[in-house]
Amino acid sequence: MDDLLLEFLTETNEHLETVDVEMVRFEQDPNNEAILSNIFRLVHTIKGTCGFLGLPRLEALAHAAETLMGKFRDGMPVTTPAVSLILATLDRIKEILGELERQGAEPEGSDSDLIEQLERMALQEAPVSEPTAPQTGGQLVYQVLERELRPGEVSLDELERAFQEAPGPEKVSTTGTLAYQVLERSLKPGEVSLDELERAFREAPGPAPLVFEKPAAPPAKADASPPQAAKKNTDASDASESGEGMAGKVQTIRVNVDTLEHLMTMVSELVLTRNQLLEIARRSSEDHGYKVPLQRLSQVTAELQDGVMKTRMQPIGNAWQKLPRVVRDLSNELSKKIELVMQGADTELDRQVLEVIKDPLTHMVRNSADHGIEGPADRKAAGKPEKGTIRLNAYHEGGSITIEIADDGKGLNFAAIRKKAVERGIASDSEVERMSDAQVAKFIFHPGFSTAAKVTSVSGRGVGMDVVKTNIELIGGTVDIRSEQGRGTTFTIKIPLTLAIVAALIVASKDQRFAIPQVAVSELVRVSPASEHSIERINGTPILRLRDRLLPIVPLSKVMGLSTDEEANHGFVVVTQVAHQRFGILVDGVFHTEEIVVKPMSSKLRHIQLFSGNTILGDGAVVLIIDPNGLARMVGSGADTNEFQTDAGLEQTVAAAEELTSLLVFRGGGESLKAVPLSLVTRLEEVDASTIEWSSGRPVIQYRGRLMPLVSCDEELAIKRQGMQSLLVFSDGEVSMGLAVAEIVDIVEDKLDVELLAERSDLVGSAVVRGRTTEIVNIAHYLPMVLETWSRKDRRNGPDRSLLLVDSSTFFRDMLVPVLKASGYRVHTASTAQEAVRLLSNGLQIDVVVTDLELTGHSGFALVASLRADPHHSATPVIGMTVKPDPQQIALARKLRISEIVSKIDRRGLLAALAELNASLEEAA
Amino acid sequence: MKPIEPITSSAVKGASKQMEFVTVTVAGQLLGLPISKVHDVFVVSEMTTVPLAPGEIAGLLNLRGRVVTAVSLRRRLGLGDSGVTERRMAVGLENHGEAYGLLVDEVGEVLKLDPDEMQPNPVHMDRGWVGLSQGVHQLHDKLLIVLDVDAVLAFETEREAA
Repeated sequence: MDDLLLEFLTETNEHLETVDVEMVRFEQDPNNEAILSNIFRLVHTIKGTCGFLGLPRLEALAHAAETLMGKFRDGMPVTTPAVSLILATLDRIKEILGELERQGAEPEGSDSDLIEQLERMALQEAPVSEPTAPQTGGQLVYQVLERELRPGEVSLDELERAFQEAPGPEKVSTTGTLAYQVLERSLKPGEVSLDELERAFREAPGPAPLVFEKPAAPPAKADASPPQAAKKNTDASDASESGEGMAGKVQTIRVNVDTLEHLMTMVSELVLTRNQLLEIARRSSEDHGYKVPLQRLSQVTAELQDGVMKTRMQPIGNAWQKLPRVVRDLSNELSKKIELVMQGADTELDRQVLEVIKDPLTHMVRNSADHGIEGPADRKAAGKPEKGTIRLNAYHEGGSITIEIADDGKGLNFAAIRKKAVERGIASDSEVERMSDAQVAKFIFHPGFSTAAKVTSVSGRGVGMDVVKTNIELIGGTVDIRSEQGRGTTFTIKIPLTLAIVAALIVASKDQRFAIPQVAVSELVRVSPASEHSIERINGTPILRLRDRLLPIVPLSKVMGLSTDEEANHGFVVVTQVAHQRFGILVDGVFHTEEIVVKPMSSKLRHIQLFSGNTILGDGAVVLIIDPNGLARMVGSGADTNEFQTDAGLEQTVAAAEELTSLLVFRGGGESLKAVPLSLVTRLEEVDASTIEWSSGRPVIQYRGRLMPLVSCDEELAIKRQGMQSLLVFSDGEVSMGLAVAEIVDIVEDKLDVELLAERSDLVGSAVVRGRTTEIVNIAHYLPMVLETWSRKDRRNGPDRSLLLVDSSTFFRDMLVPVLKASGYRVHTASTAQEAVRLLSNGLQIDVVVTDLELTGHSGFALVASLRADPHHSATPVIGMTVKPDPQQIALARKLRISEIVSKIDRRGLLAALAELNASLEEAA
Repeated sequence: MKPIEPITSSAVKGASKQMEFVTVTVAGQLLGLPISKVHDVFVVSEMTTVPLAPGEIAGLLNLRGRVVTAVSLRRRLGLGDSGVTERRMAVGLENHGEAYGLLVDEVGEVLKLDPDEMQPNPVHMDRGWVGLSQGVHQLHDKLLIVLDVDAVLAFETEREAA
């Protein structure tokens, strides 16, 4: 293919992109002459060049499209079908260009279908009284204005025509050729283009100077019939030939991408060599006089690197160019009204990155339009404006670029996604239930997630979302979803500015060094046993307590297979953040950060997920670059399991609090895990065993200015005499008890389902917590062992009262009974409303009723109502317990004269309510 | 590189049809690599092992600023490691645009051999070797196996097929 054709292809493709965008703009703003003129000019240029290069198909198509657009200019109303037709024509032109590029020749075929339609469309409107084009002599000069026209300005073509048509001094008296000139900046209002100037000079030789007037030629007058293309082309070539003189003015050149790539590679090598030299200089203490030049070299290299990077930078708007068209077509197709808002289009990023994200972006916008935005009717019904908005936003943030694609549509249908995930066997029912919406949303990135039953029932998304994710992760980026039912969905893509050179943290594991991209690293923590930060283990899995959050730890040496040492606990934890996942990489040593040149992995090693590439360090060693994404994937299926503490995990806790109980999991003397509801525990303490005093054989410790008795949580565990002793502190008012445990393992949220009641009094029973059998400890068992004082004191406090506790949960009954007893009540229990009624009708005298308002089988309210109906109990104070008080319940409670509603897990609240009751009872008495 | 003892010179005959081979030794066995495939021969200094890599891959090397994948010919031939760690020799190869270094025990000399004199692999040769060998040349005191370089580096695809 010759250079001319190549040049034509690049240029025409660029023009077509612009026309695409402009066409969509024009449709929205059909009165904007400037846009139309610009489109007209571009199509005209394409047509002209095609004719010149002998491409009849393209020329005919462009010609037909131009004719129709000419009609627009003459005042024909701009209709959607007409615009669609023109866009279709542009698509055809692109197709043909594509073929042309591959085969070097225009493909066979006919475009009569489109051309006919275009002609018909053009004829539909009664042709506006076409001015008999005054045939003027003189040649048309091919001119290009290097920018868009502003409103009010007139295109060069028009100007030219106006001149040609203006009754000039007969038979132009000028001689000499017109020089082709380009002004390298846009004209300011009031300025005159070079061409105009030039012409003014040339055409004003005679004594009768041509009065120069702004061409007032109305658009209608402009020639709608196509000018002779062939002729124009010759002119165009003339113009370019005579354009030699402008060489000095050219400020931009087209450079082959390969040339740039090569330059980049060379600079990368230079950076490497520089690094090596610096390393040598660092090692030798003597200065042989080369250190200063080396410094200079280093600086120049950095600048060079910067400069070359800049040549590769392109505004992200380039990747967005197609989107207005995509959205327009989709909104027509789907009969939705969609507005596309683009912000930060001038944000620059590496062209290599740009290439990779182009398609994913288009895909995501398409998805948003297709599945996210609802139809106008639905939107209206939902109280939203009929026109949906898709918002693209790009901005720099640190060393990366963030791109957001947000729609204000209906959001993801989490229920449907959950169902689908279970159907597809990605997760089990219970897992899915426990997951937060944010975690569920991630399912749409699973391969083929929605391809099966092409998601109209699910709110869509997911067709190819896995590919989107893969593409983005390929370049070290991350994708995140936020979605709110009825409010819309936002995708956030974070990508590195460039792929070629990244800042990396060099770490060591065993004898080997690795590089971790700095983008993923959020902090470094030095860990060692017995320090503030030490690695702890839950069932062998290492975790780190970091600012009250549990951070899963991945020992690098273990995943790399460099060591089988399960007990690694020295070194540094590199806290890594990948999307919403946070985890720590345990390494043996940390060196420094270095700008590294990423070299691709050998094809033989590309299958190893852990590495994203390799590099050569300053000292010449080859070092592997760890891919945090791959590491996260490799260490369990990442965020899908509870292994990883995710931000989403917190939401989950809140959302599911109704069914979940917080349990403190700890270990006693034996291997088995024990747990106690967190609501019962006042504090967790770790005390130096040497401060434990033994008074008459019983361990006590001075705690907050008082003596606190200690008790071991089981017989197998002896309270330590030295070292650190972990304690769970239970306290009520001024009295406390310390339960000595071997190790505090974790705090978990789980459904508490006590499975069997143990024979032992120290246990309530056992339950499955996080898939592990865990003994639920009965605190009541320990209280009498240490706290004679506790009960004694309370008994002193008030008169002997009886209390009826109604709760269907054995667990809660067992949990509350000791507490209530300790408060000085004789406690009777009933598990159902019926049982309570039976007890009372049998003549049980009680002072207070504490009942769960959500009893199984029979509502607590019904129980209270029946109490109130009984004259004996019509005034008995009642305290209601509920999981979550709502206004309805409170209103009902007031009606039934329930004294207080407390949250079921709020032991303190219950005691406070009882104390208040006591006071009022005493007053009454 | 250390001076190389000529192994044989009797095979040198007329120049017309002759092919040149770089000879290497692995576990005492003489092997020949077509010289057209060989880029260079170098001494391996520092090598970075790649965790989780296929067994054939010994590690990554820095060869004049280029990252080269080192493939152990011993392991590729199903032989154990030699245990020798210092002064390891490698033959630089290019395959599908990527640089490889084939680790060998010793590099010999360049031999000119007549392709017509190459004989097919013996029928009872180790199956693992048959796939890598194009044939056998009889030298006056030794046998030289002609390695198929592409096959040697195709262990990945081979495993997928299996």
